[in-house]
Amino acid sequence: MSDQHSYRMDVLDVLEAEAMMVVREAAAQFRKVALAFSGGKDSTVLLHVVRKALWPQAMPWPMLYIETGYSFPEVRSFCDDISQEAGCELIVASVEDAISAGLVEDRGPGVSRNLDQIPVLLAAIQANGFDALLGGARRDEERSRAKERIFSLRDEFGRWDPRRQRPELWSMLNGRARPGEHFRVFPLANWTERDIWHYIARERIAIPSIYFSHERDVLPKDGLLLPVSPWTGGGGPVQRLRVRFRTVGDMMCTAAIESKAGTVDEVLEELSIWRTSERAMTRVDDRTSDSAMEDRKRDGYF
Amino acid sequence: MVHAASHGAVEMQQVGNEHRELLRVATAGSVDDGKSTLVGRMFSDTGNILDDQLDLLARSSRARGQADSDLALLTDGLRAEQEQGITIDVAYRSLESVHRRIMLADSPGHVQYTRNAVTAMSNADVALILVDVTGGLVPQARRHLVLASLLHVPHIVLCLNKMDLVGWSESAFEDFREDFEEFASRLDLADVTLIPISALYGDNVVHRSEHMDWYEGYALLSLLDSIHVASDRNLIDLRFVVQRGIWVPGKRPNGYRGYAGYVVSGVMYPGEELVSLPSGYRATVAGIDMGGASIDSAFWPLAITVRLADDLDMDRGNVLSRPNNQPIVGQDLAVMTYWMGERPLTSGQQLLVQHPSQLTKVRVEDLNYRLDIETLHRDHEAGVLATNDIGRVRFRCAQPLCYDSYRRNRLLGGVLLVDEMTGDTVGAGTILDAGA
Repeated sequence: MSDQHSYRMDVLDVLEAEAMMVVREAAAQFRKVALAFSGGKDSTVLLHVVRKALWPQAMPWPMLYIETGYSFPEVRSFCDDISQEAGCELIVASVEDAISAGLVEDRGPGVSRNLDQIPVLLAAIQANGFDALLGGARRDEERSRAKERIFSLRDEFGRWDPRRQRPELWSMLNGRARPGEHFRVFPLANWTERDIWHYIARERIAIPSIYFSHERDVLPKDGLLLPVSPWTGGGGPVQRLRVRFRTVGDMMCTAAIESKAGTVDEVLEELSIWRTSERAMTRVDDRTSDSAMEDRKRDGYF
Repeated sequence: MVHAASHGAVEMQQVGNEHRELLRVATAGSVDDGKSTLVGRMFSDTGNILDDQLDLLARSSRARGQADSDLALLTDGLRAEQEQGITIDVAYRSLESVHRRIMLADSPGHVQYTRNAVTAMSNADVALILVDVTGGLVPQARRHLVLASLLHVPHIVLCLNKMDLVGWSESAFEDFREDFEEFASRLDLADVTLIPISALYGDNVVHRSEHMDWYEGYALLSLLDSIHVASDRNLIDLRFVVQRGIWVPGKRPNGYRGYAGYVVSGVMYPGEELVSLPSGYRATVAGIDMGGASIDSAFWPLAITVRLADDLDMDRGNVLSRPNNQPIVGQDLAVMTYWMGERPLTSGQQLLVQHPSQLTKVRVEDLNYRLDIETLHRDHEAGVLATNDIGRVRFRCAQPLCYDSYRRNRLLGGVLLVDEMTGDTVGAGTILDAGA
C-alpha cells in the first residue's frame, strides 16, 4: 500500500485488487474451474494473484497446460515445479495424443501446431467439464483483445462472438451460462506488459529463465530470431547470440530478441526504450494476417 | 484524417509506475464528431502508439483506400468494424500520461448506443464527451449529457471539436457555452469543463493550441492529469459485501474462518462492532487480512478477508455496516432502467436481478414512464421499454436486497437485469431514492 492514511492506491494496488475480486467471483460463481497455464509471465502472475485471492485456502483448481510437442524444456520443467509447489494438479493436454486419437491431423515434422491447440484445448474443457477457464490474456496485447470482457462467454463450440458479449457494468460480473457454454475469465485484462514486470519485481515472483538474457543458437528468418530446436528446419546460417524471450509460446512460434537484460530491473529498463509491442516482436503466429488473433479467438483460442 | 506522427510524439517524463494513479475515463461521441480521431490523437501525441501499431494503422488505412494513416482505425479493432467503418463495441485501452494511468472505456456513438455508453460510464471517474462545434448541441450530445447525469459520473469534460472549421472563433465557443448552460441547468451535473479543441490538428488535446489565445484553460491531457478525483469515493458509509465464506478446518494458525469480499464504500477497522444484514446480528471485526497479511484498515477497492470475533453465519451477498448507518434492506425497488434486451420490457415480466448483495428473481410491477433523453420528456403512456430505451420501473424482488440509492452509493445502487433462460444481461439500472 502506498499510503494507508490517505486511502490512496497506486495503479498496481488497484489492478491487483480488481484481479483478486474477479478471481473470487469466479470461485463463487463457477462449479469447475481451471487455470490455463502456459508457463509464461502472465499466467505465472495470474497464479500468484489467484493464490493471494483465495488465501488461506490451498489452490483448489488444476492447471491446464497445452503441450504442442515443441515446448521449451525450461518452461515445461518450470510448470512441473510450480504446480508441485502450489500443490495443484497439472493437467497436460497434448497435441500428440490428439493426433493419435484422430482429433487433429498430423501436419508433419517441423510444422507449427499453433492452430492445433484450439481443438485440444476445447476437448480438454469438455472432457473435464470445466465451466470456467482463467487466463492471463490482457487487453493491451492486441486490438481484438481490447474488446474482450472480463467474464468472456464462449458458446458450446468454444467460439467467441464479439456481438454476443455481455455488457459489464460497475463491478458486477454475470457468469450465467446455458448448458455446454463456458467462460474464459481474464483477471489481468487491464494490466499492461509493464504492470506485469513491475508486479513481478514487487512480489518477487519466479518466472522461467528464458525471459532473461542467455546465450542461444538462433536462426534469423523474416526479421525474427527463431530458437534452434530439434524441430527447426533448414534455411540459413545459425548464429549464437545473447538473447531473451519477451513472450513465451512454444519453440515453433516464439522468436527471441537480442538482449543483455539479466534481471527484472534491466528488463523494465529495456521495455522503456523499445518502441515495438511484445507480440509483434516475437510471435510467428500473429504474422499470418492483421486479424490473426481475432480469427483464432472466434474459433476458441484465448 | 491525419498523419499519425505529424506532431512528433513528445517523450513524456513520467513518474514511476509505483506512484501512479488510475483514472477511468469513458469517451462518448461518434465518428462524425471526430471521436476516434481524438482518441488516436491522445495516444499518438503522448507517444503511446508503438511503431508496429503505426505500421498496422498504415496497412489498415491503405486497405480502405486511404493514402494517409487514419488514427480513427486505432479504436476499431474488429474486422467488421474496419470493413464497415463503425465501432461495434466498447474497447478498453490504457494510456500513460505524466502522472496517471488513464484507462479509456471507448464506446461507439451509433450502434447499441445506450447499452455501450451506460456500460462505459458506469464506473468512470470522468465522462469525456465530444461535440462538433459546427453542429452545436445536437440531440446526440444531449443524450450523452443526460446519461452522464443519470449515472452520476463525477466529472464531465466537454470537448468542443473542429474549432479549425470555425476559424478558431471565440464567439462560436461562447455561443455553444450558452446553449449548453441552458440545457445543463435541467440536469444533475457536478463538475463540467469545456475545452475548445481540434482533434485533427491536435490543438488543446495534448499540446496547448497556438490558434486560440483567448482560451486560458487546460489542454485535455493536462486536465485529465490533474482533475481531483480522490474525494469522489464514498469513504463515509461503511458497506462490506461478502463474496464467499472461507473456511479451513482446524484451530488457528492452521484453521481459518473468514469472509472474502470487498468494501464498496466507507472504511473498515479491526475491533469495530458491525451489523450483518439482512440478518441483523451484531459481530466484532477480529481482523482484516489481505493476501496473507493483516492490515489495519480496508477501503475500496481492496480485496480483503474479514475475520469476526463472534460465531456468525454469513452468506454470499450479506453486507456488514455500522449499526447507526445501515443500507436499506427491501424487496421493492424503484429503478431507472436502461433496457438492452431484444424483447421489450413490460409489466408482469419476470427477470433475475444481479446486485452485489443478491441474485434473485424480480417481477416488473409497473413501468412508470419512459424517459426521452433528448427532451427529458416523461412518457407515462409508453407501456414497454424497447431496446436502448430508458425508463423508471418498479420491481418486486423475491428476496430482499441490501442496497443504497445510486445517488448515495454507485456500487451498491446499481443492478443488472438478467434473462432467466439465456443468462444474458438484458438491462441495467440505478436504484432511485424513494419518491424520486
